[in-house]
Amino acid sequence: MLSNINTDKIQYFAVAGSIILLFFIIELIRRKKIKEQYSLLWLFFGTGFIVLSIWRDGIEEIAVVMGIAYAPAAFLLILVMAIFLILIEFSIIISKLSDNVKVLVQEIGLIKEKMKKIEDKK
Amino acid sequence: MNKTLIIVPAYNEAGNIERSVADIREHKKDCDILVINDCSTDNTSEVAGETKNCKVVDLPVNLGIGGAVQTGFKYASENGYEYCVQFDGDGQHNAAEIDKILDPVMKGEADVFIGSRFLKKEPNFRSTFARRKGIFIFKIVNLILTGQKITDNTSGFRAYNKRATEFLSHNYPEDFPEPESVVLLGRNGFRIKEVSVNMKERQNGSSSIYGLRIPYYMFKVLLSVIMTSLRKRKIYA
Repeated sequence: MLSNINTDKIQYFAVAGSIILLFFIIELIRRKKIKEQYSLLWLFFGTGFIVLSIWRDGIEEIAVVMGIAYAPAAFLLILVMAIFLILIEFSIIISKLSDNVKVLVQEIGLIKEKMKKIEDKK
Repeated sequence: MNKTLIIVPAYNEAGNIERSVADIREHKKDCDILVINDCSTDNTSEVAGETKNCKVVDLPVNLGIGGAVQTGFKYASENGYEYCVQFDGDGQHNAAEIDKILDPVMKGEADVFIGSRFLKKEPNFRSTFARRKGIFIFKIVNLILTGQKITDNTSGFRAYNKRATEFLSHNYPEDFPEPESVVLLGRNGFRIKEVSVNMKERQNGSSSIYGLRIPYYMFKVLLSVIMTSLRKRKIYA
């Protein structure tokens, strides 16, 4: 029965889905919802997914190179790695932001104290 | 201008802060007192301000003890204080003992002096079993990582000279900073010594470390301490 399924269909979905994803990301960058410097991983993997969805034998060849017998497993592995990398990037950005916030809060506290001192002198 | 700044971090300490400030002023005339109000939800800032005995810095966002104390170090560095004393606003520390940790720093015996509850063989501070175990682990880890024999890594009763203050104003850990900062200072070549002090039972409020926070606290601090010892030394020391 399985051989009766037209596997071209999923390819159309995959190509369409990856193109939509990439355009969605590009549109977010254009509207300044994502900064360019934080979009690099998304653009890289978005493009990668388009390539893999068009080039059907690609994932088979990658699986062979990686020594994976079942090609879809190779795809899932790449997908998980992509998500991991993007999430790690988020952790780095959040840590940097919280550090920046700390410094700003400290500076505001110190400046407020200084202003109060100046106002009291008047 | 006074050469010494007493840094008093305070979060929701309206019930203790007045007594703490008065206590410091009574025992230490030649110092400035700086209360860091860490975005309290009660009127800690007003109560502290009304004493007219201290300066108050109000943080617009709650940073936790590390960020609050570091604000004090920044204030001290910017305003050219020679010495800093960290003194908790919850009434645990004894102002009569400030000179015990400050005098040896002024004499140059070390860059940092820590008031320790456990330097004497029989500690006069009652502590829970879990807390004693935790303190013991910090002691061992610290000994292995930096070769320092510090008996009370969790004590927040400390005196610093200008060089240490300057260093900490740039590098100070965030939550649960006490054990980590000892390793940080030790790794960067600062001389740390301890002197025995008494601490009072807290008068109002309760410890911030309880229940499930205890394993989190232990893990977070040990991770930070190990990471600190893996990092390169800063150029300051």
